[in-house]
Amino acid sequence: MKKDIILAGVGGQGILSIAAIIDWAALKSQLQIKQAEVHGMSQRGGAVQSHLRISDSEIFSDLIPQGRADIILSVEPMESLRYLSWLSDEGWVISASDPFKNVPDYPDEELLFHALEALPRKKIIDAVSIARDCGNAKSSNIVMLGAASGFLGIDPEMLKDGIRSFFGRKGEEVVGVNLKAFEAGRTLAERK
Amino acid sequence: MEKTLVLGDEAVALGGIDAGMSGIYAYPGTPSTEITEYVQNSSEAREWKIRSEWSANEKTAYEAALGMSYAGKRAMVCMKHVGLNVAADPFINSAITGVQGGLILAVADDPSMHSSQNEQDSRYYGRFAMIPVLEPANQQEAYDMVYEAFSLSEKVKLPVMIRLTTRLSHSRAGVLRKTRIQQNQLNPVSDTKRFIILPVNARVQYKSLVDMQPELERNSSASVFNRLIEGDHKDFGIIACGIAYNYAMEAMQLADLKLPVLKIAQYPLPDALIRQFFSACKKVLILEEGYPVYEEFMRGYFDNGQLLGRLDGTLPRTGELNPDIVLLALTGKEVPVPARPEVLVNRPPALCQGCSHRDVFLDLNEVLEPFGEKHVFSDIGCYTLGALPPFNSICSCVDMGASVTMAKGAADAGLRPAVCVIGDSTFTHSGMTGLLDAVNDKSPLTVVISDNHTTAMTGGQDSPGHGRLYSICAGLGVDPAHIRSIEPLKNKREANRKVYREELAYEGVSVIIASRECIQTASRRKKQEKQTQD
Repeated sequence: MKKDIILAGVGGQGILSIAAIIDWAALKSQLQIKQAEVHGMSQRGGAVQSHLRISDSEIFSDLIPQGRADIILSVEPMESLRYLSWLSDEGWVISASDPFKNVPDYPDEELLFHALEALPRKKIIDAVSIARDCGNAKSSNIVMLGAASGFLGIDPEMLKDGIRSFFGRKGEEVVGVNLKAFEAGRTLAERK
Repeated sequence: MEKTLVLGDEAVALGGIDAGMSGIYAYPGTPSTEITEYVQNSSEAREWKIRSEWSANEKTAYEAALGMSYAGKRAMVCMKHVGLNVAADPFINSAITGVQGGLILAVADDPSMHSSQNEQDSRYYGRFAMIPVLEPANQQEAYDMVYEAFSLSEKVKLPVMIRLTTRLSHSRAGVLRKTRIQQNQLNPVSDTKRFIILPVNARVQYKSLVDMQPELERNSSASVFNRLIEGDHKDFGIIACGIAYNYAMEAMQLADLKLPVLKIAQYPLPDALIRQFFSACKKVLILEEGYPVYEEFMRGYFDNGQLLGRLDGTLPRTGELNPDIVLLALTGKEVPVPARPEVLVNRPPALCQGCSHRDVFLDLNEVLEPFGEKHVFSDIGCYTLGALPPFNSICSCVDMGASVTMAKGAADAGLRPAVCVIGDSTFTHSGMTGLLDAVNDKSPLTVVISDNHTTAMTGGQDSPGHGRLYSICAGLGVDPAHIRSIEPLKNKREANRKVYREELAYEGVSVIIASRECIQTASRRKKQEKQTQD
């Protein structure tokens, strides 16, 4: 088992929370992990990405080689296109459809979604509205984790334990909303 | 035993906690910040009373760590690569004095300059100081090396450098911990002469440092961190330093190659291992993350052409390595990549919406407008982003504190108005001394301290002079009539601009303290307060 995942988004959008939950679940599943993050200047509203590698054998590089990623999991539609050179020929793009516009030249949405739709293997998820339906728009990143959960090679129950562990100190209500968000994302991705 | 999932930085911290470290000293700097933060947030560290508050700058941090070592206890000091320039004086001299309790310098370099002004390689400093340097390839090694390095430091009585780079500092993996070692008892230096490096003592100490070098080399040769990985090919080998080992192994996996690899992670170089390797291989590719420090060293002036690396174009001369670069060097074949989608635009970092620096730059742009050409000196912090559109406010960013001193020099040359913008934490890091120079010289200069109450760029660490900026400036001798406090807010814009205009017109040293809490730390604080109320 070996999965190479690129997590993408904008600084402050919570991709590191997604990573932390996958990491936790992978560790509990006795898998090896390497997860390279971006800290520092880019976190101020810039494009951020994380290379997450999971395997049952030794992982050497913290960075995924070009053309080798199994999944690009993005919480922002334009950011899902930034790392396509890492995606393997059979790889999936799983992206939220909610644009985060903090640059003046953000592309025309029609053109942007046209580019996304043109990808051979993709799942585009209305993460924010689903999260809102589950109780909190801020859980949109967990909707995306749910949407990707079928591609990660990790038991979804283990990922749910990861959510319980990650949000546990924020109380039962927050855990509940995020579990619901996870399930909603998972169901939707299966149907798409 | 279950593995602990940590960043490379955190593995360094954990290694220190488990190795009986009594204190950690640091000034925040990407990518080193998380070492100290891990200790600050560790309940074990609290229980074992490991001292971990932030220092005012890297020099004060280094000296305090050396003092703790003098007293017999194990100490760590952490910084980013350019921070070691600030701490270079005590660092180099601590190799002359030697240490008592184990002393580790953990320094994190930033090749490719993800968050830095240069990509200097701290291994040069290690050679310069003539001390052991350890360069982990992964998180487990980072932990193990720190754990061992305290004993090594106490054995050779020298500080030991742990050299990290961004990719390891900020990458997570599982780490197995070892049994905790008790902290040292208080045991101050008795032969104090070695710490009084007057020329007469320094000559003795320097001689003993030089004499120690063969022992350091023997330690490297015997080190478990330096080892040969056999391969099928005999005539082509790879020397892989630090994290470059990972890329070598990854690229060989991709290319289905099995070349002999000499993994180097402890310096000075293990002489016998290197010589054997060079005599066995016709060609050797050397992979170093950072400068070609050892490539240059091994090539020598009369380069015999046996080496391939950054200096002959086999690898790019600058920037960090990755599996693709190494694969290309091994196979000569580029991996084809799809064209960048046309619809994609850049998303550079920017000042947060509502950030107080924004108001400072808008005000400065406005009041400087009548002067035509605008020269606002600045330096390192979130406010450096004032260089980018829509502000385009600042004209320099060289090093911490340089805003004040460069503006002073320009003022001395006759530039009017001479203005600079510096953050509160950067001001206490190394802006204060420059302000003293300006006061003594009566340089006509306006210093704007854009005070957001925190060290924001690195994630909101404590600002050492918080709440005392006015008294610091007054204490340094700035005329209190020209220390002006303002709150950079849109609704106070007219009053604030009047203050700026008045002080720009003043032919002397003036300070404008533009003070408003960082909106990131403010929103975190409010969230916490709300949680406590609930």
